[in-house]
Amino acid sequence: MNGEWRYWLREHRGTLVALAGFVAMFAIYASNHPAGLNPNVAQTAANKGVLLAIVAMAQTLVVLTSGIDLSVGMVMVLANCLASTIVMGSTLESAAGIVAVLAVGALCGAINGVIVIFGRLQPIVTTIATGSIYYGIALALRPVPGGDVDATIADAVTGKLFDTIPASFALLLALVLVVWLPFRRSVVGRAAYAIGSSEVAAYMSGVPIKRATFVAYTLSGLLASVAGLFLTFVTYSGEASAANGGTYTLYSIAAVVLGGVSLFGGSGSAIGAIFGALMFRTIGDLLFVFNVEPLWQPLFQGIVLLVAVCVGSARLLRVRNRLDLYG
Amino acid sequence: MADVARRRFDPAVAWAFGCIGIVLAVGSLYSSSFLSPAYLLQQLKVASFLGVIATGAMIVILLGQIDLSVPWVVAVGGMMATAATGWGPLGTALAIPVGVACGVLIGVVNGVGVAYLRIPSMVMTLAVNAVAQGLMVVHTGGFSPQDSSSPAMRYIATGDSLLGVPNALVVWIVVGAATVFLLTRTAFGRTVYAIGNRERAAYLSGARTQAVVMAAFAIAGGLSAFGGVLLAGYASKAAQAMGDPYLLPAIAAVVLGGTSILGGRGSYLGTVAGVILITLLQSILSVMQIEEFGRHVIYGAVIVGMLLIYGRRRRDAA
Repeated sequence: MNGEWRYWLREHRGTLVALAGFVAMFAIYASNHPAGLNPNVAQTAANKGVLLAIVAMAQTLVVLTSGIDLSVGMVMVLANCLASTIVMGSTLESAAGIVAVLAVGALCGAINGVIVIFGRLQPIVTTIATGSIYYGIALALRPVPGGDVDATIADAVTGKLFDTIPASFALLLALVLVVWLPFRRSVVGRAAYAIGSSEVAAYMSGVPIKRATFVAYTLSGLLASVAGLFLTFVTYSGEASAANGGTYTLYSIAAVVLGGVSLFGGSGSAIGAIFGALMFRTIGDLLFVFNVEPLWQPLFQGIVLLVAVCVGSARLLRVRNRLDLYG
Repeated sequence: MADVARRRFDPAVAWAFGCIGIVLAVGSLYSSSFLSPAYLLQQLKVASFLGVIATGAMIVILLGQIDLSVPWVVAVGGMMATAATGWGPLGTALAIPVGVACGVLIGVVNGVGVAYLRIPSMVMTLAVNAVAQGLMVVHTGGFSPQDSSSPAMRYIATGDSLLGVPNALVVWIVVGAATVFLLTRTAFGRTVYAIGNRERAAYLSGARTQAVVMAAFAIAGGLSAFGGVLLAGYASKAAQAMGDPYLLPAIAAVVLGGTSILGGRGSYLGTVAGVILITLLQSILSVMQIEEFGRHVIYGAVIVGMLLIYGRRRRDAA
């Protein structure tokens, strides 16, 4: 029993560290916030955090297979532009619009997957190129910022449940329950972990490599489009912003790392990445509550990120064989 | 000997040059001015900036690493060089070295993290990029430094030397020649390739792999910053987001030139071809007055298409 417990702790160490980090950061944030922790403060913070958390989940799925998705932010921007065009009108039309946006997102992910699997190109270059294509389409849909979105749905998703809990947390929870956990427990999910640990060993063991990689990329695109939808609900408009896409891609990598997911693949979880994202967002807001000039905020955020990634190298102290340093 | 010959006839490099021909041929159907020497020379001048930055990116990619700090190291190079110009005559004289030195410094930080702290380069350089951005925001916001370039910076970026060859092109040729020498004729270069193939083997063969990795990142940082200095000279001022459009094209140029993103394989000639290809593609698409969205789509599709033709992983690698 004791051994099992220790194994569980070891497996989830990254996630737990991210959770602890987020709780600590958020405690500092909330206790110093001029208005204290009330539902409105939580709602604003949650909407910003959840957006990045969803993108980070999308990134996690691909990173687990030891890939990387540099188009994730652009898929989000594309979904944002599409949603600001078609998610409106009657309830039925809005629902159909949402389904269409999600389908487009999944299609983008699937295209990435197909190129990586059958084209045998490296994920990093593939997604750089497809990201440019997705951004181009977003720009075609929305050359200038604007558009609109169904306000009822938007308010429901970005508002509060029972006037206390941010509704966006419910969305995040739903994504974990509907997308992440079934994936994690399925054969393809386990296969994705196996590919990340060692693709050769996974292949030799008869793991469905192609199917798992394809599912991981497709779900990643789907989640990125959920993020795009959510962005539309927050801003009530669409904008084909290359800066936004790039920033969210880079931040998603940061969140994944803070969340204890190994960039080499095979270990970590989307739940860790969620806490990584929430922590990253809280850090960004910390200076605001301490009344420091906004000028210092990017530097502070950068230094915290740098320190966080350096802390991970404490594992070097435990390395007994120098050769273990070199992969 | 056979080995040398095989590297000389790298099919990927041949493909990349072939694609340049195709792009030019397609462009010339639209307008014959695409084949005029003046246009081509102008494109080579513009390509020089990307060329210098891609050189640094290539050295890091040969190691099997990646440098995502390019955007803000480019900005640091440009902004610190112009800031130095504001310090008086001595600063003006030292503007270029100051900019490059700042880049080398950032590269050393990257290198320490990747080589000694064993942090994955994608994360380390991402974090360093964020710190560099923060430093520049504080620097410009808090000290309002001068942002116009020194005469020397303008001269090397926009001037013409003998026979009308742009100075920027001369700079790229010098940087390129030095890089080719470094990569093919020195122990450092050999070790870079060896590390890219298998760091453990390189270490066991007695190479000082950690020092080499750190030096490679320092060189890459210096080259990115130098690219920023040139860009600031070209635009005659430095700006915060000046490096943003250079990260992905630099990586794409290196990869299109046949360098393996996994490291250990690739030639500088390929990178030259990749840089020219990317620059021509961007230029011709904009001259053809294709709308911006179309340019992005075609640009991405062409990169995927070319890589599908010649950049695929060998089947046995999986």
